[in-house]
Amino acid sequence: MLKLFNKHKKKLPDYWLDYTAALQGKNPVEIQDTTFIVLDTETTGFDYKTDRILCIGAVTLKNNIIDVSNTFEVYIKQEKFNPESVKIHGLLHNENFETISEEQAIEKFLRYAGNSVIVAHHAYFDITMIDNAMKRLGLPGLKNKVLDTGVLYRASRITSNLIDKEKRYTLDEIAETLSIDVSDRHTAAGDAFITAIAFLKICNRLNKNLDLKLKDLFKF
Amino acid sequence: MKNTISARVADFLKRYPPFDLLQQDQLLKIAEHVKIIYLDKGKNIFNIGEEGHAEFYVVHKGAVEIKNMQHDTLETIDKCDEGDIFGLRPLFAKENYEINAITEEETILYGIPIDKFKPIVEKNIDIGVYLIETFATNTQTPYSKEQSSKLYSKPSDELFELQPAKYVKNVITAPKGSQIKTVAKLMTKYDVGSVIITENNSPIGIVTDQDFRESVATGNLSISSTVSNIMSSPVICYAKGITIAQAQIALMKHRISHLCITEDGTPNSEVVGVLSEHDIVVTQGNNPSVLMKAIKRANSTKELKNIRKKITYLLKGYIQQNIPLTHISKIIFELNDASIKRVIERCIDKMDSPPPVNFSWMSLGSQGRKEQLLQTDQDNAIIFENVKEENIEEVRSYFLLLAKKINKRLNTIGYEYCPAEMMAKNPKWCLSLNEWKDQFTKWILEPGDDEILLCSIFFDFDISYGELSLTNELSQHIFNQTGNNQIFLSMLAASAIRSASPLGFFRQFLVEQDGQYKDFFDLKKRALMPITDAGRLLILSHKVKNINNTAERFEKMAELEPENKELYLSCSYASKALLKFRTKQGLLHNDSGRYIELPTLSKEEKMKLKRCFKSIKDVQELIKLRYKVSHLI
Repeated sequence: MLKLFNKHKKKLPDYWLDYTAALQGKNPVEIQDTTFIVLDTETTGFDYKTDRILCIGAVTLKNNIIDVSNTFEVYIKQEKFNPESVKIHGLLHNENFETISEEQAIEKFLRYAGNSVIVAHHAYFDITMIDNAMKRLGLPGLKNKVLDTGVLYRASRITSNLIDKEKRYTLDEIAETLSIDVSDRHTAAGDAFITAIAFLKICNRLNKNLDLKLKDLFKF
Repeated sequence: MKNTISARVADFLKRYPPFDLLQQDQLLKIAEHVKIIYLDKGKNIFNIGEEGHAEFYVVHKGAVEIKNMQHDTLETIDKCDEGDIFGLRPLFAKENYEINAITEEETILYGIPIDKFKPIVEKNIDIGVYLIETFATNTQTPYSKEQSSKLYSKPSDELFELQPAKYVKNVITAPKGSQIKTVAKLMTKYDVGSVIITENNSPIGIVTDQDFRESVATGNLSISSTVSNIMSSPVICYAKGITIAQAQIALMKHRISHLCITEDGTPNSEVVGVLSEHDIVVTQGNNPSVLMKAIKRANSTKELKNIRKKITYLLKGYIQQNIPLTHISKIIFELNDASIKRVIERCIDKMDSPPPVNFSWMSLGSQGRKEQLLQTDQDNAIIFENVKEENIEEVRSYFLLLAKKINKRLNTIGYEYCPAEMMAKNPKWCLSLNEWKDQFTKWILEPGDDEILLCSIFFDFDISYGELSLTNELSQHIFNQTGNNQIFLSMLAASAIRSASPLGFFRQFLVEQDGQYKDFFDLKKRALMPITDAGRLLILSHKVKNINNTAERFEKMAELEPENKELYLSCSYASKALLKFRTKQGLLHNDSGRYIELPTLSKEEKMKLKRCFKSIKDVQELIKLRYKVSHLI
């Protein structure tokens, strides 16, 4: 049994070990000291088992600043080509830009993410897609703390019986209400950027008492 | 590697100077190193004396105020909005900032790294020149501003004091030997208020209407004496291109009402125009009829946004001059109403086809009551004509699309989205006439707390655009339903007196207990809403149509119930006084004026407020007795 466990452990690649080492770092108390990774994935479809990630886009956010030189954008080579998804993403099969393997993408992403707090719109979908890709590589899933802008946005609205409390807001709806431009919609990096701005505006609205801490964001 | 975000940053930058002068590869290289910074309203970006940042800034969204120290106070010297550049000092010199930069609204900035940008400036002289001009504008002197706008034709939405003053170019002159009556005839013929008196084509004096009144009409001089006896001399001359601020100062300094504009600014050159105090007032937009014309002609949402800002200046002026609130309300309402109408007209033009049936756009809440002086949230709804059952969803989808456009543009010109989604783009509030009737019937016959709240929002509707018969029919329906429905009226009454008198037992103000506005006095909740609710309830039970304004409602009530005349008139006065108070507070703090910090009020202001609260208390007592609500609360 011990032997088996060791054998399993040996198989884990360096980048995973580096990732778990990075996760030992503690998250700060204050929101402005925290590094957030705001991400979005584009996929071949919505089936967690059979569909694959086409690309991952992410931006790093710290103290209300996005550094354009530190953005993340990878495109993953596809075994299968699903013509249906082209319409959504405009990513033509074999279009002339660099694609990498799923494993390379995961490696790069884990190195990029480290122990940052991950933010995504309807985060469960993106996290599950990445987790499943990691499972295919024999890795445990993502261990980062995760925030969902869908949930945070709902919390930022006024308390009133006149609005639908359970409504799921699309990224487009949120962008409209918060007056965010929506060019580059449906590219992973473009959506990650819109989500990042939305996240900043939502936090600002949630922080009306000026005492919002990182841990409070996980309570909504 | 593909980088969507830097490409997007580059796309934005290349729309504005000096980035439009860069080559695409240079631009992309810069864009890859930009920092995107989000800031809330009222945040300092840097302060006087602070060490230069590693970036200079471009406004991506929002607005930034540049201030410097003048006579020991911070004065705004420039405003930057989309595409404007500031914070250039570290690019030119290793010096500390000499200005403050503060966000005026929620803002997104692009920070351009100086180490990446400097090599490009050093190679490209045009970019350098532009940046130096901009730098000079941000920091001082109106002249460079004019030059930079000559270099790159920017829209003239800058601080108006720094814009060149517009003067009358069609000058009427008369030689100094002319008879007074000849000059007077000349002025009547050309319908002008002043004439420049010349000698050898150079201006030596000016006569205005005032001079005729003071010297001729009083009988001091005869109409046949020469005009040089009554002219003011010498005439104060300035060169063309004088800014509004300079002109204002010159008029004040010399205590005169007219300036003469000459070719080189001295009395020795040719006269090219006359600038009067009146002209300045007009350029400042302190004139409702000028603004009204501008609204009707506006062809872009940005134009309307700028006009809306001028309406706020106008409001400020009115409040300062203590003009009666009834007049202020009417003028501001008309201007707001015209802005809304213009937005709707433009949006209808933008649709692929004209509206399939008649409709009307209802403004609710404070705009509906003609009590909206400051810009607050937008509350609105659409009624469209009844159509066949099978067509209704198609028709609704047309109006929803139209409403979406209108709501969005109203937001752009300054009306925040309603947080409770009381807007026409919400399918719940975009209904046919019959659907609206059913909706009101339901609220009135089954009144719960939410229904009463909805009634209080939707009862105060005013038609902003479209078919009047639709809103009239809906009003009639509401009166038929409420008529003698005692249960409903009692519920409405209970809700109207829910917020008890704003004074506590020891006559102290009741302040908020917790949250963001702890220890602030909530003027809306504790004073304006109770008096508005009371007015609505009383007028509704008298079935009076088409009076939505709270003050006017109470005036009408005074007429209908002479026995309570005094109380109602005091309520009418109180509602105006409270509204004015809120407007003043809002202008002072650049917000909605809803929450008041009590320690900032003077003793007199507090006394005034307390007098208003007394009227609220009295009318609440009356309601309690009349509608027998004690068992409901």
